Amino acid sequence: MSAPSGITLATLAKDIRLEWRSKDAINSMLFFSLLVVVVFSFSFDPNAEESRLIAGGLIWVAFLFASVVALNQTWARELRNQVLDGYRVSPAPANALFLAKAIGNFIFVAVLEALMTPLFIIFYRLRVLGPAWQLLPVAILGTWAIVVNGTFFAAMSLRTRSREIMLPLLLFPVTLPALISMVEATTTILVGDPSTSAKFWIVLLATYDVVFTTGCLALFETVLHAE
Amino acid sequence: MKKAFPILGLLTAALLSYALYEALVVAPREQTMGDVQRIFYYHVPSAWTAFLLFAINFLASVQYLVRRNPQTDKIANWVVVALGVLTCIGAYAFQRWLPADVYPSSVVTTGVAIAGLYFLIHKYFSEQGTDILALTTAEVGVVFCTVVLVTGPLWARPVWGIWWTWDLRLTSTLVLWLIYVSYLVLRRFSTSGETPVLAAALAVFGALDVPLVYFSIWFFRTQHPQPVIGGGGSIDPRMLRVLLINWLAFLCFAFLVCWSRFRLERLQREVEETQALEALLEPGGSVR
Repeated sequence: MSAPSGITLATLAKDIRLEWRSKDAINSMLFFSLLVVVVFSFSFDPNAEESRLIAGGLIWVAFLFASVVALNQTWARELRNQVLDGYRVSPAPANALFLAKAIGNFIFVAVLEALMTPLFIIFYRLRVLGPAWQLLPVAILGTWAIVVNGTFFAAMSLRTRSREIMLPLLLFPVTLPALISMVEATTTILVGDPSTSAKFWIVLLATYDVVFTTGCLALFETVLHAE
Repeated sequence: MKKAFPILGLLTAALLSYALYEALVVAPREQTMGDVQRIFYYHVPSAWTAFLLFAINFLASVQYLVRRNPQTDKIANWVVVALGVLTCIGAYAFQRWLPADVYPSSVVTTGVAIAGLYFLIHKYFSEQGTDILALTTAEVGVVFCTVVLVTGPLWARPVWGIWWTWDLRLTSTLVLWLIYVSYLVLRRFSTSGETPVLAAALAVFGALDVPLVYFSIWFFRTQHPQPVIGGGGSIDPRMLRVLLINWLAFLCFAFLVCWSRFRLERLQREVEETQALEALLEPGGSVR
């Protein structure tokens, strides 16, 4: 039996290799968020000033919806050939598997964000007026907030009828405070009003991440074995 | 037990009619809002009842999770005791950090009440019972929360001039409602044999979410002040009396509904268990 970190790394490497060869998740996420960008720009047709105000919400809603695509297939993939059952009976700690899946999804969504953000900037003529470096912690903490809960709820919705629709139904209500924080922080930074600061939102986002990462790690084993 | 139910039902019906009479006739007419204000006697008791039911749902879900293992059960009992004691000490030690209108004694009362409720549930409900209790309180809580969300706009339209505003209380109640609806959807859609475990985990997540929702919306809204400000200030003691009578009536009603729903669910599970057993014992029968 190898150490938990070894199991995490092995699972993570396997997931990344699978994704690298098939590119299923990343392609569908990319195309999906591209569609969101185009559809939104037709429905609002904003000028540069307006788009600065709405872009924070747009970007995160697009990423949230797109990440559901990756999250939905993260466990479904393990159902084939009873991989998940194999994992259940093995002595490997459940949290090692959970962390591998969460980190894997984090990487996929981060790649999506890195590819889509330039497109957003071009399409919506964005120029950051606030401290732009603050966008980095917002992006990291926000993506982790979506992904950690998403991975957990995807495992939860594995044994439900109409699994694909179940994940957003569970994920969105619980993610609302994180979504508010991400959107508000991004908008504050984009608008760059000196009287307000994004720091409160970043702290709230970090709190959310700590609370829910702890919650996921505490309950994942129970959920994994709930068959 | 069988006699208590109709007696309680009659009592609740009498209390509800008395409370209705009190709310519509006895309670004084509000000076500025007029009779519209009387919806308050339904709105506020429903909200309090819904929050109480959601709190019971959370406690029952925690218990369902920890009681699967005797050791975690024991740890959880001590954690609850410790949290209760810490709340009592903390309420007085950090008194000046509390908002001006929150007394330390009310914090202590809340802490002790929640801890007491935890142990009451622990004493009177089996492991299976806590799951049925969680399901029941979530269902009835969503109904009461819906009443809150419907009566709120009905009152707001004539008084504020708008049906809805994204204010702190309105938004956090709506999010709470969404979380518990998703809880019920999970229970309905899950095909796993261990649905109670999944549902209990989701209930814990929902409860973790509530303070975060509250803080995020609080900050979100204080940044953008609202054109409408609801109330504050003091309440006429006659109105308070009517409000409390109505709350009592609503609590009895909620208890009654929860009780019958609890019995129904337990009977249904017993029937299912018996059928499964019979199918096993039947010669030549097979279990799907």
